Amino acid sequence: MKISSSTERKIIYSVLFIAVALPLLFPIGWKTDVSGYTRMAYDLIEESPDESVVLISFDYDPSTMTEIQPMAEAQIEHAFKRNQRVIATALWPMGVQMAEQAFSSVIKNYPDKQYGIDYVNLGYKVGGMVTIQAMGRNLSEVYPADQGGTPYAELPMLKGINRLKDLAWISSLSSGTPGLKEWVMVAGDSYGVPVTGGCTAISAPGFFPYVNEQRQLYGLLGGLKAASEYEGLIDRIGPATMKMDAQSIAHLLILIFIAIGNVKAYVSRRRVAQ
Amino acid sequence: MTSFFTTFGIWLSALFTISIFSFLYKDNPLYKFSEQVFVGLSAAYWLVNIIYSIMIPNLFSKLIGDFSGNLILLIPAALGLMMLMRIHPATQWISRYPIAIMIGTTAGISMLRYMKSDILNQVTATMINPFAASSTGAVIGNILLIIGTLCGVYFFYFSKKQEGFFAVPSKIGIWFLMISFGATFGYTVMARISLLIGRLEFLLGNWLHLIK
Repeated sequence: MKISSSTERKIIYSVLFIAVALPLLFPIGWKTDVSGYTRMAYDLIEESPDESVVLISFDYDPSTMTEIQPMAEAQIEHAFKRNQRVIATALWPMGVQMAEQAFSSVIKNYPDKQYGIDYVNLGYKVGGMVTIQAMGRNLSEVYPADQGGTPYAELPMLKGINRLKDLAWISSLSSGTPGLKEWVMVAGDSYGVPVTGGCTAISAPGFFPYVNEQRQLYGLLGGLKAASEYEGLIDRIGPATMKMDAQSIAHLLILIFIAIGNVKAYVSRRRVAQ
Repeated sequence: MTSFFTTFGIWLSALFTISIFSFLYKDNPLYKFSEQVFVGLSAAYWLVNIIYSIMIPNLFSKLIGDFSGNLILLIPAALGLMMLMRIHPATQWISRYPIAIMIGTTAGISMLRYMKSDILNQVTATMINPFAASSTGAVIGNILLIIGTLCGVYFFYFSKKQEGFFAVPSKIGIWFLMISFGATFGYTVMARISLLIGRLEFLLGNWLHLIK
């Protein structure tokens, strides 16, 4: 029976849909091994002193939140576990809402954490690299007030935090430009603040070279898999862990499709040659 | 109780998701409608965002609040207006000046940063003693890093014909490049599947309430 390529494509889409949907409905619970990159990002936060002030930059929008939002929630939770105080900023306009969602999701398990004392959302600033450069000199000049309009000087956790150098670590959760690369270039390479981060799987290979002997980047969370690894490290059954079954099944299916496609191409080439 | 607008939003979102997915079957009016709504909404969103998040707080509020103290802001304001001159063919030439300033400053700011982060630090990171690592795996990794970097760079060396002995590092470089392309493809698949998972989770969870 001859199947047209258009029908083949529809079969592939349908099977893929079913393969992704079934594990979401009936979770399997497969375990994920922790990679060195994720471990390095985890160690940076784990080894930073308690009570230190840290910064997470929300440089993404809802289009990539499936991959990146679990990283944000996991890193906030990890920082809270270590009693570190979190500043949220955004180089993307919708990063502000992403930060609010992440805090409200994590805060359910940490009702004692208070806004202004344990965490703060400074909001969005345009400018990318130039803005980070200015933050390196004076944070309050770039962010005179937080997202709600409270002046910088009146936020208790920001007392003594004048510039990027006063932070224990910075994490940029990024799905494009401006994002992680700008933080590495300015905050890491120029001001010497430890920078870690997370990005979509598609951009992860571009960032891996920065995880090197020069410590340009302290580990990297690349895509949903890394997010689930991080959740595993902090004993959190979060959104990434729940989605990994679907991801694994889909990858297995794509491998099978690639194998079938190669066999089919080989057979048809041989037929033509004969 | 879930508000009417939340429910309405979820149904609307589900409808648009299904409309976009319907393109996988074939192009259809529902897909076209959703696509055009998305383009229109994005343009409107960015316009409003630029006015309220950039123009008002960084320019208008400061000038209205303290005009004499923020006189320097008149320079970017004037450059912005000059940029708008592109709209009319007769005044289009005026926009070349702000564009020239933008290109010049961006190049100046980026040049040093890229030089340090993407060239100096990256090259320094490969100048390591590969045998100083603690485990055998790390030593092998370090050796591969050095060989991969040298052969990968050599592949792009075009000043001498790569034949005979000189073709060997180039061929090794190709292998390293191919492996990196394969890894990139794998990560791309992972990213695309994640997007699908996100949408299906929304449809099966938020919309149909089938996910517990």
